[in-house]
Amino acid sequence: MIEVRDLTVRFGGVTPLDGMTVTFDKGTCGLIGPNGAGKTTFFNVLSGFVKPAAGTVTAFGEDLLRMAHYRRARWGLRRTFQTEQAIEELSVFDNVAMIHEHSRLSGSTRRADVLEAIAFVGLEADPYARVGTLAAGERRLVEIARAVVGRPRLVLLDEPAAGLPDEETAHIGDVIRRIPERTGAMTILVDHDMSLVSGCCEDTAVLDFGRLIAAGPTADVLRDEQVVRAYLGTELAA
Amino acid sequence: MATRDLEAPPPVAGVGRPPTSILARARDPQQLVRAGIVVALLLFVLLALPSILSTYYVDALTQASIYSVVCLGLAVLVGRVGMVSLGQGAVVAMGAWVAARLLFATSMPFELVLLITGLITMVLGTMVGLPALRMSGLYLALITLMLAGAITVVLASINFPNGGGGFTGYNGGLLHIPPIRRPGIARSDADFFRYCVLATIVMFLLVIAHLRTRPGRAWAAIRQSESAALAGGINTTLYKLWAFALASFVTGVAGGLVAGSDRFLNTLTFSTQDSIVLLAVVLMGGAYNIWGAVIAGLLYKLLPELLNNIGVSSDWLTILFGIGVLQVLTTAPAGLVDQFPKDVARLARLIAGLARRSRQPEGGA
Repeated sequence: MIEVRDLTVRFGGVTPLDGMTVTFDKGTCGLIGPNGAGKTTFFNVLSGFVKPAAGTVTAFGEDLLRMAHYRRARWGLRRTFQTEQAIEELSVFDNVAMIHEHSRLSGSTRRADVLEAIAFVGLEADPYARVGTLAAGERRLVEIARAVVGRPRLVLLDEPAAGLPDEETAHIGDVIRRIPERTGAMTILVDHDMSLVSGCCEDTAVLDFGRLIAAGPTADVLRDEQVVRAYLGTELAA
Repeated sequence: MATRDLEAPPPVAGVGRPPTSILARARDPQQLVRAGIVVALLLFVLLALPSILSTYYVDALTQASIYSVVCLGLAVLVGRVGMVSLGQGAVVAMGAWVAARLLFATSMPFELVLLITGLITMVLGTMVGLPALRMSGLYLALITLMLAGAITVVLASINFPNGGGGFTGYNGGLLHIPPIRRPGIARSDADFFRYCVLATIVMFLLVIAHLRTRPGRAWAAIRQSESAALAGGINTTLYKLWAFALASFVTGVAGGLVAGSDRFLNTLTFSTQDSIVLLAVVLMGGAYNIWGAVIAGLLYKLLPELLNNIGVSSDWLTILFGIGVLQVLTTAPAGLVDQFPKDVARLARLIAGLARRSRQPEGGA
């Protein structure tokens, strides 16, 4: 369970997160909102790249914000990025193994674990091929394999299917749906593709201008009038 | 859909799974041929070259060998981690100073002096790298350049050890200076050249061992994106300092070899400008490939001697290197080591094409 309380982030005069309070407690949760709503900023706070001005984040009873950022991966926090960040000059295997070697997991199971994670995401490419030679969709899968290898506890997916054709998006949705069952980790999915979000997430929270405007079962949230208006852009300020 | 069996082989497309262990890799014919060429080249360099060439060129190649280690250290920083240091020339000078002091003060074997010099320089050089934790790009380059300038000034005022006493080991005079000693097995210039090539090989192997394992992967992650590296659990502070420590260690050892090669060290030998030229030759040689460092060492120390020998001032190299860097930055980011084989292949295709056309001249097109 992830409890976020009064989370506020300020960059100069801008307030990308403004007293965000929300609890994520089911296997895979969605986080949606128009561009600039604060979704990625929220992920950056969890990753430790952004220091919030106020607020707390408690993840499975631990104060996440007090952890050094590189230690959060060891704790079990994993993420993907809006612009995919698989390491081009390394092989698929090394990309995934690298997460393992910085998570203090034992070396003996490493090889099997890594190959299993690559198989789990359904990546058909040669695991020893350089990531730089792969197609966009394959690189996205490498990034997801990095997020699920070993023992993740909280997986943050930031638009994992952005820019991909429909059939690849569907495959990624299929992978995301299997994450909780395989790893026991909680997943938070940020995406603009509502069919992906409603297909993967039981619950969804909606951010608009850094504030939580709705949260609950995904189907209800997507019907919510305030949410619809925020997405249509008719309501410009609170 | 169930997850696949743990023991199941991974899905493999195309050529089949490349071997991973070193032993398995050794059976790959292409790798074997490549290793054979490298070994043959090294044997030629070690055994035949010193007896073919004049002392003039043996000395130049000794320097080129030593400086290829310096360039390798810089290539790790620039090419692998993405940190531009303009202070490596000063790190060489520190290494030379420390080695000279140890060689005059003690009777330790030369190899041990090199090791201790490497370790001391590692500590000092890592301090030069400390700003890298806060800065990057232009500002890091500027700060390291200023530090290099500061080190050069300090060395100019305390001078290089020349057999005197005290901490600095400088006797004040310019007469009756004993030369810096060389290892017992490598007193002659030709033998010292061989000694330097062997030391260079050891340093290259040390760096390769780093690049192929955990630190190399961590550096690749940092170079691509520091935030993604952090999200992957990499302690970026540790690995950045590690890169500076490794570069400073090998550069310090190179400095020790410079002391043994020159035998009389002079503060004029080491100028702040060297650091800038070093970066230029590393970029030209190729910062992403270990062989690029060998080319960089040759550009830096052999090319000037070749020019001097045909009566052209090596000052012209500043212009040549300027053009070279411009060319690299605009058309060949991976440097000569990457560009040259491609150009040769293109030339070969061109010649093959011309040959084909000349064989069937009436084939109208």
